[in-house]
Amino acid sequence: MLVTEGAHGPRIDAANPPAAAIGARAGARLTDARMLDPGIVAVPSDHMGDDATLEKMALAAQRWGPWSAPDRPDAILLDATGSAHLAGGEAAMLAEIEARYAAQGYDARSAIAPTAGAAWALSHYGAAHTVLLDPHAIAAALAPLPVAALRLDDDLIVLLTRLGLKSIGDILSVPRAGLARRFRNRRSADANPLMRIDQLTGRLPEPLVPIIADPPAQADRRLMEPLRHSDLVKRVIGDLAGDLARTLEAKRQGARRLLLLLWRVDGGAIDRRVELASPSRDPAHIAALFDERLDDIDAGLGIDQARLVAIWAEPLVHGQVRLDGENEDEGDIARLVDRLVTRLGAQAVRSPRAQASHLPERAQRWASVGPAIGATAALQLDLGFHHRPLKLLDRAEAITVIYATPEGLPRRFRWRGGLHDIVRVEGPERIAPEWWRERSSARLRDYYRIEDESGRRYWIYRHGLIGDGRGGIPDWYLHGLFA
Amino acid sequence: MSHAPHIASSAAVLPTLERLRAAFPAGALARGDGGDWSPDLALPASLWEIFGHGDDVSAEAFALACARSFAGENMPAKPWLWVQDRASIRRSGRPCLHGLSPHLRSGLIHIAAPRPVDALWAMEEGVRCRALSFVIGELAEDPKPLDFTATRRLVLASEASGVPLILVRKDGHANLSAARMRWRAAAAPSLAHRWNERAPGAPTCHAELFRARGLRPGAFHLAYGIGGDDAERAAWPGDRLDLVPELRDRPLDADRLATG
Repeated sequence: MLVTEGAHGPRIDAANPPAAAIGARAGARLTDARMLDPGIVAVPSDHMGDDATLEKMALAAQRWGPWSAPDRPDAILLDATGSAHLAGGEAAMLAEIEARYAAQGYDARSAIAPTAGAAWALSHYGAAHTVLLDPHAIAAALAPLPVAALRLDDDLIVLLTRLGLKSIGDILSVPRAGLARRFRNRRSADANPLMRIDQLTGRLPEPLVPIIADPPAQADRRLMEPLRHSDLVKRVIGDLAGDLARTLEAKRQGARRLLLLLWRVDGGAIDRRVELASPSRDPAHIAALFDERLDDIDAGLGIDQARLVAIWAEPLVHGQVRLDGENEDEGDIARLVDRLVTRLGAQAVRSPRAQASHLPERAQRWASVGPAIGATAALQLDLGFHHRPLKLLDRAEAITVIYATPEGLPRRFRWRGGLHDIVRVEGPERIAPEWWRERSSARLRDYYRIEDESGRRYWIYRHGLIGDGRGGIPDWYLHGLFA
Repeated sequence: MSHAPHIASSAAVLPTLERLRAAFPAGALARGDGGDWSPDLALPASLWEIFGHGDDVSAEAFALACARSFAGENMPAKPWLWVQDRASIRRSGRPCLHGLSPHLRSGLIHIAAPRPVDALWAMEEGVRCRALSFVIGELAEDPKPLDFTATRRLVLASEASGVPLILVRKDGHANLSAARMRWRAAAAPSLAHRWNERAPGAPTCHAELFRARGLRPGAFHLAYGIGGDDAERAAWPGDRLDLVPELRDRPLDADRLATG
């Protein structure tokens, strides 16, 4: 049984036949089903996974017709106009579809009708693999089906049932003018049975948005002789990059993330991936990025196939080359960042960004360098009396300080083995902890800007107060270095 | 090479590098004529080395000031690179965004290289990239890969592309190097604070030029513009302090005197 967490507890999405036999049905609450049988097994639904599978299935269904669209959550609409004869007729096509899904372990119901709405109704509520080809026979064929076959909102179905309109035939027998007066919502077809009926019979159009597969650009080479030397592999990668650049150029795209796959003769595969700071399709640049990553490849008996895939591509138009032949600056920066990231790792190449926090170490965060580097961000200045050091230590270092208790100015401190006399001092600047994200026992900090006898300026703080009830005698730390 | 260090200017005479640049027209002092260094000299981009103590960031501040003097007016337009190796991060931390001058904040690309050899490679890559305005390198102590050949490579790359590289050496020894200028920078007692006599005021720095091509070595005392930027911050639009008018005596108007 599959369940989803709802506002009022878990709700059942689907139940397998044994669970359905006990009395669990889709839409009911898990607690109700547990009352019927405490041993019932509930598994959380994977809606995203279902969606992805449905999309893949819709793509695969294009073997029977040119256009298909996933109809969430559990149906696929296929435009089979003029393509049924390829499978040997409509009935044979439905049989083939059901057989193919059965072979994969899926339980499928299918139907063919002149309109998408009619096909949906027949496949969900009609007899198994119905083939309905005559557009004028739609109304007659669908009359016995329940109103739920109209794809209406749940509360509207309840309303129609209360009005005594239980089947499509009942609605068709009501005068049209009366329905049009009662249901005036012309915006959404879900809330208007008349619109649904018209869509069913083909009087109103119902456009289908087809799903179109967009395979990532890739280049592939099979080699006659297995390669064992890295310079030959590099040449192959250069060729692949050239091919890929041509494909990407035709699609007006640039690669952001590339995957290189190398297959060895013995069947083992090696993969290397590279990420770019901005979209690019420059073959020399791509090949140079992979050069860095090829040092630790174990070619074994040799490499006989290579493939380069642009997993992630972004639109990229031709850049204007200036008259004097120099390229734009931004491209150069992106290339530099790519090279640095490829060799040193993304964690080593970062750029500070201001962040909304008053704690010094949280007031900036380190973000990866994106395409926006160099673009002047909106400048927000600090308060003039908030002096911040030029450099902050990653972890504030504990120091021993002589100071006048309880809250006097520091006089002398020992740091890294050296004794510093404090000549000038300004403070304290009290920085309270962020109580909304820290524990209640977090202590405040009193920051002092100090200068020692040789003119070195530091930023030190006392962590807590005496008698604040959050620990013993406060410690002192050195946090930053002023110019 | 012994020379008597002479004070080129006192703190009061050298308020900002920019103001001094305005005072002396550029090119008044021809480069490389054996004269004294001064901030307004338009020197070609190359490798400079600044030695400093590990517990003191005056060398970095001086490096930033020199870099700003290189970049000139188009300061915020181009990104810049700060390369540190792991030892120097452990020794003196990472740059703090809110402590940098506002012009420099948006363009910083920081490299935390795991080893000194990676840091040197990153510096060379950065120096070859014309789209950067300058590169600051920071190495702790005397790493083995930083020999004469490595500095020579950096000098050639920097002079070919016109991107200056300022190498800050924390706790380093002045071994053989191809750097065009070599400095030793240390913190000096700060100027008097405007309001609070016990507080540290605008930072100053004592810099000694001990080797330079075409320039006379000397000792300098520098103030402002080396990272503190107090005077410039106040002049920046949007700064709250700038909105506060200065207190001064109002001259007595003749008509008001008559009515009052």
